Formats: sequence, structure tokens, C-alpha cells
Amino acid sequence: MPTNTIDNRTFTVNAEGFFTNRDEWSEELAAILAELIGIDEMTEEHWAPLRFMREDSAKTGVTPTLRRMQAVGGFDVKHLFALYPGKPAKKMAYLAGLPKPVGCV
Amino acid sequence: MLANALRKALPDDTSITVVDRDDAHHYQPGYLFVPFGAYTPERVVRSRRAQLADGVRFLQQGVSRVDPQRHVVLLDGGDELAYDWLVIASGTTPQPAQTPGLLDDKVWRTSAFDFYTLDGAAALHDALANFEGGRLLVHITDMPIKCPVAPLEFAFLADDYFRKRRIRHKVDITYVTPLDGAFTKPVASAALGALLEDRSIRVAADFAISHVDPDTQTIVAYDGRALPFDLLVTVPLNMGAQFVIDSGLGDDLGFVPVDKHTLRSPAYERIFAIGDATNVPTSKAGAVAHFEIDHLVENLQAAMAGRPLPSKYDGHANCFVESGRGKALLLDFNYDTEPLTGLFPVPVVGPMKLLGESRLNHLGKLAFEKIYWNLLLPGRPLPVPTLMSMAGKVPAETKG
Repeated sequence: MPTNTIDNRTFTVNAEGFFTNRDEWSEELAAILAELIGIDEMTEEHWAPLRFMREDSAKTGVTPTLRRMQAVGGFDVKHLFALYPGKPAKKMAYLAGLPKPVGCV
Repeated sequence: MLANALRKALPDDTSITVVDRDDAHHYQPGYLFVPFGAYTPERVVRSRRAQLADGVRFLQQGVSRVDPQRHVVLLDGGDELAYDWLVIASGTTPQPAQTPGLLDDKVWRTSAFDFYTLDGAAALHDALANFEGGRLLVHITDMPIKCPVAPLEFAFLADDYFRKRRIRHKVDITYVTPLDGAFTKPVASAALGALLEDRSIRVAADFAISHVDPDTQTIVAYDGRALPFDLLVTVPLNMGAQFVIDSGLGDDLGFVPVDKHTLRSPAYERIFAIGDATNVPTSKAGAVAHFEIDHLVENLQAAMAGRPLPSKYDGHANCFVESGRGKALLLDFNYDTEPLTGLFPVPVVGPMKLLGESRLNHLGKLAFEKIYWNLLLPGRPLPVPTLMSMAGKVPAETKG
């Protein structure tokens, strides 16, 4: 397994750089990774969906879809696109220390 | 399939009742071939009752609700059916109404079709036959969907179909997915990424659909992208059964939350669920239901005897993927392992190639129809283990 080291903290990642162990995640690391993917400042609005994703996936075992973020978490999908332009599902999973949403191939 | 397996496993004085709203059992893998005229709609339907073993009672009634406190199932006619143990196997249902605009008369079954229902697949057959060129979108609304590779197979078969009609050059095929690509797992992406390019199929990724615009004949995403179509083949949002939702037994999509290894509801110890009806994080596919059966039978027996549940399902799934031109791929994976390359079902010998394209895999997929009716449904043993074996399979390379 490849690893990534930021701020003297090492964590295991997959080939695309996603955390493979959710327990190695922290908000400090997420804030640094956010800069690397072009999000200059993580506001409370940015954090709220990430926290929901972590709580939800701890229960279900899968990263929630955008639809579930709206239906269960109460987040507006359009707003998520504004916060995380282009690929919100992928970017948020990356920053929340979770696997990206996948199909079976 | 489960009822037949339970009939063999349980004592004769245990009564088993199957409740279903109709007597038409569909060979759903066959839906894929109906639009292209390879299968007739009649070919995929048989009597449910005829598939059940002696000693299994069949009750043809719709279910309106389950009352887990009182251990009863409420039937559409108003009758109640008491249970000691309940297994929910009500699958998924496509819900086009969940996408605003899709059911508009200017679109639905006019220029937009689904193939996850038999009447949809049959209507699409006529639409394809009359299609002389233009923009074809093959679209997935959101995950999870039943048989997740079917839309991709549809795109491959459509390429093949238009090529044989000699109008492929007039058809622009785009595969539209809410995920970040047609292939989301690195090993599959590396092995199969070129298949789409080879067939000149475009991909529109990260497409989170907001609505269908019937006037402009476009699908519109939350990020503002609008894709025009002459023919839209969509997989509507897949949800669990209405009675599951109405009973408060489902999650936001109506799938029954169960322990992913034992398949028992954490909320109600007398309720289990199997197949597409559950929320377990593996594919919604027939192979999954099949592999789950052995585990559910053992766990249910233990539960009835008051013992701890012994059997742990690992998410094992496999499927043939039609890639058109008379070839297919075979995938094999579970909760923890990505699709593997190698040979199946016998290590090293095969004869099926995993994660590679071959003519034999295509024949395997076609032969599966007979295996399904004659071996799987009656519950005859199949020479494939329910837990995944790593023997002879080559794990995806991990870098680092």
C-alpha cells in the first residue's frame, strides 16, 4: 500500500490518493488536502457535509451518494456543486477520508 | 430459490409460504437482449408457482405492509398472515417518477426508455428498430442500481447493433454516469478502459441529474450541463418495494438495513432480507442473491434453534459483462477485493477468463439462462463456492 505524509503524519492511501483507513484521517489533514485540490478555505459550510458523510458511512459501510446527502443529510445538491466544483462526490469523499463512490467495475 | 433451499433444509413440519403479487417469474438478465431482438419478451417469463418445490405454499397476493411488532404481514386484500420468521426478498423497482420531467408524455416511451422492466425493454425494441441516427444517451440516474454493468453492456450491444445495421456512423453514443467514469475501480479501468474508445462510445462522468427537460429533449445536471438526446435509454432511480417503505423497514431508498455478514435485521431479530432488497454494500445482482442463500439458510436455522448466527457472507459477486461483437468479460469480487484477473471457476485451468474479453465468456453468459431455470431456481448444487477463493486469481497490483 502506498502512503502519503503530510505534516509528519503518514497515512495509507490507494492508487488515487484516497485514504484507505478512515481512522488515520483528521480535520487538520483534510484542510491541507483541500488546498491541494483547489479549495482555499474550508468554511463551516464545507465541513458540514464531510462530517455527515463520515457519520453516515460509519453506519452503512458505504460513502453516501449525492442523492442521499440531500434526502437524509438535508444538503442541497446544487450548493454542494458550488462548494466543491466539478466533482463534488469525489472531492468530498477524498477530503472526508472515505472511498469514492464506485460501481462494481 | 431460497424457499426451495429452505424446504430441503428445514423439518417437514415447518411451513414455508411464498407471497408474491403475481405468478410471473422473469429471467431478468434476459431484459438486456430484448431491445436488440435477440430474445422475445415471452422467452423470459415463466410461472413462479412452477419453480417452487413441493411443500412450499404459494400465495398470490400483494403485500401492503409488515407489522414487525405483531409479526404479521398485511396483504392487499386486507387479510393478515402471521409469521415466526420473515425473509424479505422484494428486490428493487425502477422509479422514473423520481426524476422530474422524465414521465412527461413528450419524453417517456416516446424518446426516453428504460430496459429494467420487460415492457420498457419491449418498447425500446421498437424504438431502436425505428431509430435511423442521432444522439443516443445511455444514462444511469444514481447508484445503487440492479446489475450495475447492464447499462455498459447496453452501450456495447447498441454499438454492435447499429454497426450491423450499417448506420453506426450516424449514431453518437454517450454513456452518462453519476460516477467519475465508466470504470471506477483502478484495476478494471486499466484493463477495460480502452473498450469504450475502441467502440467510439463517449463518457459523460460525474453527471448528477437534476431533471429532464421535455421541451428541449435534454437531460440537465445540477452543475448546469445539459445533454441533448434523440433517444434516451435511462436507468431510473432504483428503490426498494413500497411495502418496505410503508412499513418503516427501509432506508432512504427503501432497502432493508441488515447485517452485511448475517443478513439479519439489526432492528428486528425475526426478520432477514436477501438479494436486491437489502442495503448490503455489494452489487445488486442475481449472483449475490445466489451466494447469500447458503448463508441465510444456515443463519436462519441457527436463529430458529436459538444459537448465535454462524455464517458470514463476504459480499462475493460475479457477473458476465457482454461487450458486444460476440464477446464478454467475467468479473469476480467481494466486499474487500477488487475485480481480479485469472481464470474461473477452476484455478489456472479455467476455462473462463476473469476480467478479460473472450468468446467463451459470451457463450457462458448465454448458457446461464438454462443454468438459471434448471439448476439455480430448483436449488440444485452448482460447482461454484459461495465464499470467494483467491486460488489462481491474480490480485490487482498495489503500488508502493
